[in-house]
Amino acid sequence: MASEIKQTVLHLSDHLPILQVVVPMLIAPIIVIFNNRLIAWLLSFFGTIICLIISVALMWATADGSVLTYFLGGWVPPVGIEYRIDAANSILLFLISVISVIVMFFSSNALISEVPKEKHTLFYACFLLCLTGLLGVVATADIFNVFVFLEISSLSTYVLVAQGSYVDRRALSASFNYLIMGTIGATFFVIGIGFIYMATGSLNMMDISERALELGNNRTIQAGFAFIIVGMGLKLAMVPLHIWLPNAYSFAPTVVTCFLAATATKVALYVLIRFVFSVFNYQYGFVSEIFLFLLMPLGIIAMIVGSVIAIFKQNLKKLLAYSSLAQIGYMVLGLSLLSEKGLSASLVHMVNHGFTKAALFMALGAFIINTKNPYLSSIKGLGKAMPLTSAAFVVGGLSLIGVPGTAGFISKWLLIEAVLEAGYWVVAVAILVSSLFAVIYIWKIVEVLYFNEKPENHGELSFYLVSPIWILALFCIFLGLNTGLTVDIANMAAEILF
Amino acid sequence: MSVSILIFIALLLPVLSGILNIVFRNKADLRDSLTLLGTFLTFYTCLNIYWGFEGEIFHVSLFTIMPGLEVAFHLEPLGIIFSLLASGLWILTHIYAVGYMRGAKEKNHSRFFLFFSISIATVMGISFSANLFTLFLFYELLTLITFPLVSHKGSKDALRGARVYLSILLGTSVGLQLLGIIWIYYNVGTLDFIAGGILGDYFSYTELIILVGLFAFGIGKAALFPFHRWLPAAMVAPTPVSALLHAVAVVKAGVFTVLKVGIYIFGVEKLAISETTDWVVWIACFSILFASLIAMKKDNLKARLAYSTISQLAYVVLGFALANSLGILGGTLQIITHAFGKITLFMCAGSIYVATKKTNISDMRGLGRIMPITFLSFLIGAISIIGLPPLGGSWSKWYLILASLEAEKQFVVIVLLISSLLNIGYLLPLVARGFFLKPDTETENKRFSEPNLLVWLPPAITAAISFLLFFYMDYIRNFTVEFGLVN
Repeated sequence: MASEIKQTVLHLSDHLPILQVVVPMLIAPIIVIFNNRLIAWLLSFFGTIICLIISVALMWATADGSVLTYFLGGWVPPVGIEYRIDAANSILLFLISVISVIVMFFSSNALISEVPKEKHTLFYACFLLCLTGLLGVVATADIFNVFVFLEISSLSTYVLVAQGSYVDRRALSASFNYLIMGTIGATFFVIGIGFIYMATGSLNMMDISERALELGNNRTIQAGFAFIIVGMGLKLAMVPLHIWLPNAYSFAPTVVTCFLAATATKVALYVLIRFVFSVFNYQYGFVSEIFLFLLMPLGIIAMIVGSVIAIFKQNLKKLLAYSSLAQIGYMVLGLSLLSEKGLSASLVHMVNHGFTKAALFMALGAFIINTKNPYLSSIKGLGKAMPLTSAAFVVGGLSLIGVPGTAGFISKWLLIEAVLEAGYWVVAVAILVSSLFAVIYIWKIVEVLYFNEKPENHGELSFYLVSPIWILALFCIFLGLNTGLTVDIANMAAEILF
Repeated sequence: MSVSILIFIALLLPVLSGILNIVFRNKADLRDSLTLLGTFLTFYTCLNIYWGFEGEIFHVSLFTIMPGLEVAFHLEPLGIIFSLLASGLWILTHIYAVGYMRGAKEKNHSRFFLFFSISIATVMGISFSANLFTLFLFYELLTLITFPLVSHKGSKDALRGARVYLSILLGTSVGLQLLGIIWIYYNVGTLDFIAGGILGDYFSYTELIILVGLFAFGIGKAALFPFHRWLPAAMVAPTPVSALLHAVAVVKAGVFTVLKVGIYIFGVEKLAISETTDWVVWIACFSILFASLIAMKKDNLKARLAYSTISQLAYVVLGFALANSLGILGGTLQIITHAFGKITLFMCAGSIYVATKKTNISDMRGLGRIMPITFLSFLIGAISIIGLPPLGGSWSKWYLILASLEAEKQFVVIVLLISSLLNIGYLLPLVARGFFLKPDTETENKRFSEPNLLVWLPPAITAAISFLLFFYMDYIRNFTVEFGLVN
């Protein structure tokens, strides 16, 4: 045996699925050891770029519908832990990695205004751990491993949110609130996993789905599913389990908000998708009933109520947070249709909304660097003082509304098509009404930006702050004109999952 | 040069002129003359497209977004007419706008001309779009790009008007039109404009009626009652914007879309057989009379013209709803003649404002003697709108009346005649006031005079063209007949 091992050449490309996750995890402690602000940033930036390269390679490899599997330590599942990359998670790995690169680049100059210098090293370490957790959740095919990574990302997120306390002490209570809710969610989730393990005796997703099929209509598995739905519902901020989100988003440092808004809730939704389609058989009566009678109404309520609340918010970070709730509603709605089109629309919207919301939050962060507070009244006339940032904000806003030519239009189009396919006319109208609400709250901001006198003491920010915002804004346009990256892969993913 | 390159030139030239405006923002004369060159070149490009057009099927795809969903351009008679109309009138409006913006001392000229030029580019996109998705893309762009023009003054009133403008236009297009588009795409799988329509048997009778409604109301730019409020609201814009955008580019983009959807998506014959547009005839007739009646009550000249536009736009929708070849011809001619007539009226309103700062009709007594050219142009434009010979406007009414007889809807004839009478009632009194009434005091009007050449010449030219259109209408009719738009 030993001689055989010597003969095999170690191909780097075979280990990409695990490298994707461990690279940021290994860099995090190194940063803490060096304890130097500049080195910390350089290393984290470097790490996120490696993640991006790996994720692109993975996406390339899985775009044709093939599946990459990796056995941790060479142990074959169900004994060992399996990492499994297919079209569905490679697109999310890409989203997370690319957003982390852009956010990292933005933070080089933006962080200083919100977090004291001596905390930066630890901040970056936490950020990388959070990244590790999110990537791990997406890459793994072992349900307990999902829980572990989910907690890694959540715990580091609580810390990151609390960093907002240097600007506003309320960040501490927001973070604590999030901690409580997040932990309840995680507990529900792990109880659900426990039930499943009890019934099937396995933790590997593929294995469970086979064994569950043999068991048939099993009460334990159904209870487990219910627990997992509630647990993930908390993590993905599905209305009415959303109360942690607006405060966490609005009091966290902008860099964190940007990253979380674009990735965290999507990862939780991805877990739900994975469980429904890969672990449980979605054709079970109880799954489709829960989706039709629970998730769909909740999705629609989120879509409408989130948008309406956003209209009345004066704190812009909160406004965008409520708009995120509405957008999560779209994704839940797409998923709840339990059709290939619906799932594909949901996946596409995850990516499109990730870029859109990141662009908006980042532009808002740039405003806040100048104005020091996130209220509507303080950004008066910034359209003239900060033309580039404001224009990027408008582009992001148009994408959120779903104007043709932007990313948001594509996802809305797909979603409405999926809804029409299912025959829910009223829902299609509700989607359009919700996007009209988006017009109102976005335009409210645009008017304040452009229809006021130019303020004296604010000017456009440096290149390092403006360019990442514009990269995101250009993504919003690019994904609206070229859907090869999103729609094709999402269709492939939906095909695999079904 | 191949046609596809010409189309791209027509799209890019206005954008380029707009950008040059920003580059040379500090050199007013250079900037404005460069844009003027741009307007001529754009018109020349459109002319070249027209000359080169021989009815062949031509289709160029820019890129595909999803299967069956692509940004693509093609050529057909209606689009060519619209592109010629918009680019040709852009020349005159630009000359006028330069004079107006300077004369009325408006601010931020380069920004104004930037958005103005880009909006023409989107109109070119609308004219040449080969499928409903491309059309919708440019339709929405046009709304967004004209928003800064409507709100140009930046005052509270301007903002309020612009808000109504945006909310109605976006609301109808997103809430109704988009739903219709996705519905068609979902059922048929394509959105291409094909003569005779693409709907086939995918829709039942009731569904067709709903679909017609989604488009008739969803195309908010056509300003059909009850979605007409944005047009008067948009009158807060500087007059050149009202002239070009709200007599030609934006509103005509709306009715153009209505005709295009009627001909190439629904198919005129299918509409005629299924009788699904009969109820739209009623709405259009109501819109015609209702808007004319409101116009009678308006003292502000631009507001009166705005309501007159709403009424005149409903003529085109009527042409669509009558669902026969003559109706389409009448609608097409109405797009052309109304464009020349109404732009004349708006430019005259602007001339009066530049020269005297007056906006209310009741204050305009005796001005005709001081500004004879402006008031004569106004008279000619008004007669064309009313539809009396020997002006172009009479032809469109003529064909619409024939169309309504062919569709056996005699009451429409009566509506059209009443409408013409109402037009006389609200357009001609201004001219009479200008020429025959005396101002309160002898000296009051002494300080006014005809504004500078750049301002009074363009309306005089458009008025003259309105006159010529009466004699050369047959060329346009032949063009549409030859290439199968109507038979």
